[in-house]
Amino acid sequence: MGIEIEKPCVVELSNIAVSNTHGEDSPYFAGWKAYDDNPYDELTNPSGVIQMGLAENQVSFDLLEKYLEEHSEATTWGKGVRNSSFRDNALFQDYHGLHSFRAAMASFMEQIRGERAKFEPDRLVITAGATAANELLTFILANPGDALLVPTPYYPGFDRDLRWRTGVKIVPIHCDSSNNFQITPEALEGAYKEAESMNTKVRGVLITNPSNPLGATIERSVLEQILEFVTRKNIHLVSDEIYSGSVFSPSEFVSVAEILEARNYKDAERVHIVYSLSKDLGLPGFRVGTIYSYNDKVVTTARRMSSFTLISSQTQHLLASMLSDKDFTELYIRTNRERLRKRYEMIIEGLRSNGIECLKGNGGLFCWMNMSPLLEKATKEGELKLWNAIIHQVKLNISPGSSCHCSEPGWFRVCFANMSENTLQVALERIRNFVDKIRTHTLTAGSN
Amino acid sequence: MRLLSTKATCNSHGQDSSYFLGWQEYEKNPYDEILNPKGIIQMGLAENQLSFDLLESWLAKNPDVSGFKRDGKSILRELALFQDYHGLSSFKEAMVDFMAEIRGNRVTFDPDHMVLTAGSTSANETLMFCLAEKGDAFLLPTPYYPGFDRDLKWRTGVEIVPIHCSSDNNFQITESALEQAYEEAQNLNLNVKGILVTNPSNPLGTTLSLEELNLLVDFISGHKNMHLISDEIYSGTVFNSPGFVSVMEVLNNRFSDADEAIWDRVHVVYSLSKDLGLPGFRVGCIYSENDTVVAAATKMSSFGLVSSQTQYLLSAMLEDKKFTRKYLVENQKRLRRRQKMLVSGLEKSGIKCLESNAGLFCWVDMRHLLKSNTFEAEMDLWKRIVYDVKLNISPGSSCHCSEPGWFRVCFANMSEQTLKLAMKRLKSFVAELSSSSDNGDNKAHQSKRKSLTKWVFRLSSRDHRQRDQEER
Repeated sequence: MGIEIEKPCVVELSNIAVSNTHGEDSPYFAGWKAYDDNPYDELTNPSGVIQMGLAENQVSFDLLEKYLEEHSEATTWGKGVRNSSFRDNALFQDYHGLHSFRAAMASFMEQIRGERAKFEPDRLVITAGATAANELLTFILANPGDALLVPTPYYPGFDRDLRWRTGVKIVPIHCDSSNNFQITPEALEGAYKEAESMNTKVRGVLITNPSNPLGATIERSVLEQILEFVTRKNIHLVSDEIYSGSVFSPSEFVSVAEILEARNYKDAERVHIVYSLSKDLGLPGFRVGTIYSYNDKVVTTARRMSSFTLISSQTQHLLASMLSDKDFTELYIRTNRERLRKRYEMIIEGLRSNGIECLKGNGGLFCWMNMSPLLEKATKEGELKLWNAIIHQVKLNISPGSSCHCSEPGWFRVCFANMSENTLQVALERIRNFVDKIRTHTLTAGSN
Repeated sequence: MRLLSTKATCNSHGQDSSYFLGWQEYEKNPYDEILNPKGIIQMGLAENQLSFDLLESWLAKNPDVSGFKRDGKSILRELALFQDYHGLSSFKEAMVDFMAEIRGNRVTFDPDHMVLTAGSTSANETLMFCLAEKGDAFLLPTPYYPGFDRDLKWRTGVEIVPIHCSSDNNFQITESALEQAYEEAQNLNLNVKGILVTNPSNPLGTTLSLEELNLLVDFISGHKNMHLISDEIYSGTVFNSPGFVSVMEVLNNRFSDADEAIWDRVHVVYSLSKDLGLPGFRVGCIYSENDTVVAAATKMSSFGLVSSQTQYLLSAMLEDKKFTRKYLVENQKRLRRRQKMLVSGLEKSGIKCLESNAGLFCWVDMRHLLKSNTFEAEMDLWKRIVYDVKLNISPGSSCHCSEPGWFRVCFANMSEQTLKLAMKRLKSFVAELSSSSDNGDNKAHQSKRKSLTKWVFRLSSRDHRQRDQEER
């Protein structure tokens, strides 16, 4: 990820092309730059910047590698059998997606939810990643100038994915630490009213469950309140469940799909689920996303629109094979959860021993760390100052809460699954040293 | 209901057109040599199925590449994590070399000016987003690929204004046609942001002449802020003279590198879907010397990246220059042979084609078989060919051709046997037509056509769960 330096363009381009709604000119790229300029390496650059701003899952590749060793059919092509020959696979550009792939995805999604919800393969629309899925849904559910309500803090990429080319606005649903950043009916109403006061039509609510950056699942009662809210306002609900397979304790994740199923799908046509294999399987490079909608018109339209963003049939073939192997998926889901939980506990403990608390998390690839006690000033500027110190002195790239539109300063998202355990220990050590220095400095200053 | 956007409820996706209806009919009754020899033969699908054996033998010789191995070691992790929208540099390098090779190395391309996209469908739409506002227009010579109506207009809100081309001069683009199209756009109060051409042309199967290319370049030179997009997706399928000249060559010859004013406004689109026959792998690209366009398009490509698994496989394949050289030559040979087969088969039925030197299809002249020189008559003829002759071909009206009676007929997506059978069926049909035209139209035939018309309209308004395919 580099910062690009562009010459001014002689000829006129579209407003979209020259706007900065893609978000890449934001100050937060300083963290990336610092990492790019001086990346940590255990052997060759042990004093470099450690990347803790990247929500990647690197803890379970061995399981995937083992599977591929033992199942060459996933990466090669058979002969004769329908759609498994190279020719058939290479020609397959049908925007319905390979049926075997959709069936395997549907069953994988069911497994993740402990079979508490059923997914029909024919309602799955394929997209090149969840990035594409979210943008696509926004094009379908909203017109330019309309708004989606999104609870804060949220994944910074949404500013681009939901708004850039669609012209749709995001109105924040403010959440704060007083109740562990849970979404409340008051906050929902507040956001809706804010949109109304701007003469903006609200088209839906978009939640991420489990949440990025909180690393926590949304409680059943809160989901029910959200469903009640969207039904009452006659708007849509998009539930991005990209981290659903990364919840440490399977019983703690409640998908909106389960609630709908329990109600016999009453009012379900306003609900759409986004999923991807980028986090749970650690395959962001393969561009595998899906939209699952209970609304026929949305499914049909999304399918047609997916022409702009189909998944490579070679990759669909690989995953159809892998995900239809129930023994493998069961082992993978179970092992992956366990490893992520261990990592989470390691970082929580390490931070706690330095007096740093995190939001109680139960899923995802990161924790939501509370550094507000260390702020000089409880303001956004104070947070950015601390963040700069962390990048340049501690040499850790972590994500400041303000980049996630958090209304309370001092919170940071810290990723733990994109590095080795050793590196994590090094990072924790550096934090310890940093915190000690601050505390000593404060004591010394106080004694004068 | 729960309201959807106007994009969702409009039909700019274009799927109610006859083009897709022919598809649906084929799906219901697809020809199979053994299982369904009386079924509809698919001749509306511009796929290249002639050279898979070459790809398969390369894969057999290079098994590691699809198994995520490089030099015997697993690179799964590296590829799985690679989501950089700049794309795998080894792949872009291989792509630019391949593109240069196709152009006889008369032009070279810089990998840093290439943006990878999930197919050229995505590339074309992305360029619209970068170059035009909602309500702006692009001029396109007719006839053109029906998918453009969706790709260029649907989500972008951009309009297409046709540059009418006629059989008088083999559908070549003329200065007056260009001027007329530009004027039409002005009259419609549309801001023209550029011209988009497909070279070689779909559906004509011809390469643009040097005159046409110079005309286009002159035209945009004369209009500030006007762009030229050259979709060169079929560049590797040119099998006969006069040979392929890319717009990039023209610029190279006429302008210096420093002439940003022109270099900044010409963009090429490419894809491996036709030349290599890999539409399923979703490999497309935008090439531009305009840094701002490249930067914006690169960021936008986040919405449609190429799978790193596929980038890796193809980088290895295209890096094998012995293979690419052999492939391009052999592929062209086979296309030439097939085209000849189709052309001579049609001749036997007294049907002529536009003389073509590229592509996966011919532009067939059936004007003499029309009851009248109207699009209704073209539709009637088309329906008969689909339902009676059982050939799915594409009517010129679906390509916005301004003259009725032309059809696009594909030749590279079936076996030789099947092509021969299709020609046989056509021959019988034409013979039948000429004998029945002696008798005049009978009532039974008319009512059959009327009920087919009603049925076709019903098809277009229902939402089918048929396999709607991507196509060119």
